[in-house]
Amino acid sequence: MRLYRSHVLVGMDTFTLLAGARKVKEHLIRQIEKRGLSDEIKVLETGSLGITNRGVVLLIYPEGCYYVNVKPEDVPEIVEEHLLKGRTVQRLLFKGELERKAVALPESPLDVRRQSRVVLQNCGVIDPENIDEYIGRGGYEALERALFQMKPQEVIEQVKRSGLVGRGGAGFPTGLKWEISAKVASEEKYIICNADEGEPGTFKDRVIMEGDPHRVIEGMLLAGYAVGANKGFIYIRGEYALSIQRMEKAIKQAYEYNLLGSNILETNFSFDLEMRKGAGAYVCGEETALIESLEGKRGEPRNKPPYPGTCGLWGKPTVVNNVETLANIPSIIVKGADWFRSLGTKETPGTKLYTILGHVVNQGVIEVETGITLRKIIFDYGGGMKNGREFKAALVGGAAGCFLGKDMLDVKMDYTTLKSYKAVLGSGAVLVMDTSTCIVDMLRCILDFFKRESCGKCVPCRMGTDRLYRLIVDISSGKGTKDHPKLMLELAQMMNKASFCPLGQSVLLPLSSAFKYFEDEVMEHILDKRCPAGVCKMGEK
Amino acid sequence: MVSLTIDGKPIKTKKGSTILEAALDNGIEIPHLCYHKGLSVAGACRLCLVKIKGRPGMVASCLTEVAEGMEVIAFDEEIDETRRLIVELILSEHKHDCLVCEKNGQCELQDLAYRLGIDRVRFSVEKPNEELDNSSEVILRDPNRCILCGRCVRSCAEIAVQDVLKFANRGSEMFIIAGLNQLLAETDCVFCGACVQACPTGSLTEKLARFQGRSWEFRKVRTTCPYCGVGCQIELNIKDDRIVKVYGVEEGPENKGHLCVKGRFGFDFVHHEDRLTTPLIKRNGEFEEASWDEALDLVATKFSQLKQKYGSDALAGLSSAKCTNEENYLFQKFVRVCFGTNNVDHCARLCHSSTVAGLSRAFGSGAMTNSIREFEKADVILITGSNTTENHPVIGSLLKHVARYKGVKLIVVDPREIELTGYATIWLRQRSGTDVAWINGLMNVIVNEALYDEEFIKSRTENFEEFKKVILKYTPDRVEKITGIPKRKLIEAARMYARAKKASIVFAMGITQHITGTDNVLSLANLAMLCGNVGKEGTGVNPLRGQNNVQGACDLGALPDVYPGYQKVSDPKIREKFERAWRAKLSPKEGLTVVEMMNAASEGRIKVFT
Repeated sequence: MRLYRSHVLVGMDTFTLLAGARKVKEHLIRQIEKRGLSDEIKVLETGSLGITNRGVVLLIYPEGCYYVNVKPEDVPEIVEEHLLKGRTVQRLLFKGELERKAVALPESPLDVRRQSRVVLQNCGVIDPENIDEYIGRGGYEALERALFQMKPQEVIEQVKRSGLVGRGGAGFPTGLKWEISAKVASEEKYIICNADEGEPGTFKDRVIMEGDPHRVIEGMLLAGYAVGANKGFIYIRGEYALSIQRMEKAIKQAYEYNLLGSNILETNFSFDLEMRKGAGAYVCGEETALIESLEGKRGEPRNKPPYPGTCGLWGKPTVVNNVETLANIPSIIVKGADWFRSLGTKETPGTKLYTILGHVVNQGVIEVETGITLRKIIFDYGGGMKNGREFKAALVGGAAGCFLGKDMLDVKMDYTTLKSYKAVLGSGAVLVMDTSTCIVDMLRCILDFFKRESCGKCVPCRMGTDRLYRLIVDISSGKGTKDHPKLMLELAQMMNKASFCPLGQSVLLPLSSAFKYFEDEVMEHILDKRCPAGVCKMGEK
Repeated sequence: MVSLTIDGKPIKTKKGSTILEAALDNGIEIPHLCYHKGLSVAGACRLCLVKIKGRPGMVASCLTEVAEGMEVIAFDEEIDETRRLIVELILSEHKHDCLVCEKNGQCELQDLAYRLGIDRVRFSVEKPNEELDNSSEVILRDPNRCILCGRCVRSCAEIAVQDVLKFANRGSEMFIIAGLNQLLAETDCVFCGACVQACPTGSLTEKLARFQGRSWEFRKVRTTCPYCGVGCQIELNIKDDRIVKVYGVEEGPENKGHLCVKGRFGFDFVHHEDRLTTPLIKRNGEFEEASWDEALDLVATKFSQLKQKYGSDALAGLSSAKCTNEENYLFQKFVRVCFGTNNVDHCARLCHSSTVAGLSRAFGSGAMTNSIREFEKADVILITGSNTTENHPVIGSLLKHVARYKGVKLIVVDPREIELTGYATIWLRQRSGTDVAWINGLMNVIVNEALYDEEFIKSRTENFEEFKKVILKYTPDRVEKITGIPKRKLIEAARMYARAKKASIVFAMGITQHITGTDNVLSLANLAMLCGNVGKEGTGVNPLRGQNNVQGACDLGALPDVYPGYQKVSDPKIREKFERAWRAKLSPKEGLTVVEMMNAASEGRIKVFT
């Protein structure tokens, strides 16, 4: 194996590709060749480097320094200065761009070394399109161990003991879910990876799939082995072009290595994997609507019970797991349940991926141990509030999430703790808002989203989302009356009780939390016909 | 049985039923709109929400199975509030204009709004009025009265099995489309009206009934559909002695509410102006209106004269399989007593007489051995000589339904690609006229592979050894040469039929109207007996008859060789019995069949036809 003096990692994710990462990489290779450094310096593609909205991002080892906003015309300078002469290019270096010096941070606020990376351990490190690099980092070791040293029931036990709960939002214990399907006698069972990441403000699963697709495949294989399923589907968000491309490539490579297909590693275990693209319906992230869609039907939820675990895809026992959940499995099998339990909180051990976005300095996906506070997410990893404005609220858990005000900054962001505050962690999206945000306008956006995404099957959700949207538009355009908030809450409460699926049921949460924290602001819209943040255009509709 | 309480009232219901079913069966009217008996459950309207003691929140009672000891709360303040708000939302979706609605007075939404006391709607109606779909001759679609309960979509998919109506778009933009968002008349719609019957509001209505009467003005008469032999039960809605519309009777044992386009909409002939309303007598080459007395006197005189002049056997009468039992009985008695001849026959002669001949010989009766709804219980159904969806549409829909939803496998043997071949697991395409050969071919495979029911053959059949000798000659190779059916498929079909626990045979005139018609029927009967598929639920040999009272016309003796109850006219003892009962001298001679009557008439031997 050839040894290189330096490695240049080009982060290839959806953001950087749009910013021209491919072109930068071509220039890099050309410039390195021109300087005759091809034998010394290796240019590699990798997944997200953890820095979002900073154009093309490069990570150069062994120094471990990040360059951001790299343009093709910057490449000669980087090659000349850094790679040839060993001098960093200060103007492109990622410094975190902190404006409030109060929080002391190292050079890279989203620095992966400060995170506890389990799911993202290979992300930004390996070439996601090369199976050998995954294997080189211990990939498929868990599969091998399970197939040769463990009975399916032992795999389930280990996952159960680890205390892993579903990372898609509902937080159901994964091992228990598997056990239910494993116990059903059926010749056909299915594993579905829910990669239809549709929660607004969430793109953690995309980062996993773009950065380490084989981890997801391995997780599915382990689930299949554990419950006795021989067929898996990845139901992937149709807009995730790069994820689709990388997952497809990964599946192909896994088949070539007989890590998928018949008699995997010459055992009796066989597992086939297919990918299906979603068509952009939020409700298809709900597991039974997802299954309907997979069967080729309208994406509408099914009644539960029966749950997919006993009667899912084509009426067979089906395990539906989120991408992040599955990506946790290989490490749990290799390192053990006790190791996993040593991470995070007692109630929900392990790590969690949070998508930080909104009015913070650093937006992006971080992986940290559970139990982190909102304050730490925003002011530590997020680099604090942008433009020095004051923190107003955070919407945690996406559109179906909950507004958290200042008083919640020191609450631990895990499933159990949030539940005790009648809030949810959901997908782990943290949308941070400063004082320039109007809550009524935020609600308008959220309710518009629900109105568009309701499948229309049940009356409370179909009509309720539509009516709520019309009522909030009234308020935001100065036509609201004192009865509006009351009627809206009455509707949302009815929807919470009567809707068929979680989509309609969850509208209450953002609505009631917004009304609770920001009642004055809402009433100001209604009584004074005035938007304190100056966002709503009163008198227009 | 399961015991539970609903609002404290103890109830016993059968295991597996839902809370809503249990409540409705016991007279507890839990509100609902999207639930409809006979359709799958959607759980979409959320009006049937109830609480169960010990469980959090509310559950849809239409989707929740009863459990022993369950304590259900169907009505309390919170549930009522929830229901009221839901109905309020539904009412705000469209402009529900009851004034000129055909459903006024029998609209489920109207009833519910009244019952829940919705005296105001706090939301404004924002949707613009949409145009009606007037394209069909019989069904009117009014999207403005649609509450998106999906009953039409489900009835189209599950009862008619046509899949014409579907949901389109989502959320508040959702609406129901026909075909690819076409006008109904441009789609594959067969206009059976299952959707009309299922619609709880005035969104789908009978076009011909528009503005012809309000629901409370109708006199309702239950009767049997006058068309084919399925025997659908219908309910006529009559105003001023005119039929305005027809409903399928949901309790109808065969149709369970379903009808075809003819049964539901084809009643305009009843009041057609071309129909005779008084007797006509031809005078000087022109028909003139006459009174009944005049006409009857004339006919009676002429009949008597001709009978005296040419003898009784110059008179003949044709009855009808579309007439009632009473009419058929009276008619054959009239011919036998007044004309003094057995020249009485009816239309069944021309369609299924080979069935009657064959099945009488095999089983002693020419009827279906099993009832129609038993198709739901079969594992395999072999269909031959019947384009069921065209000729017996209600049974056709049932066969499509069982194939799609009940996992019943269909074997269709037909030279043509009919609609049912699309639902068939196996389609055998025989050369026309080679039916005995392929049936023997099936039996050859079954005998050779010992797939037959030995016990049944031993205890219930005769001459098996002789039968075997014939059958063994019909090897799959030979049958392939005769019929054109590839032997591989023949063998596959034979195995499927024979290995089924319950296999049924359905046939119609495609195999009866051949020179070998009776043999075809006999062969099918043999096939059924070979596999013991007689005398069990979901099996049998089932001819689909053409008219609604074929059975009655035959049973009541509108046949030239038998009195009512298939008693032979040639038997002196039986004849004496009837002579005593009818107090008349009866002819000992068997009468002429329809065809023979026609020939005799053209030869001048028959002078009187009625």
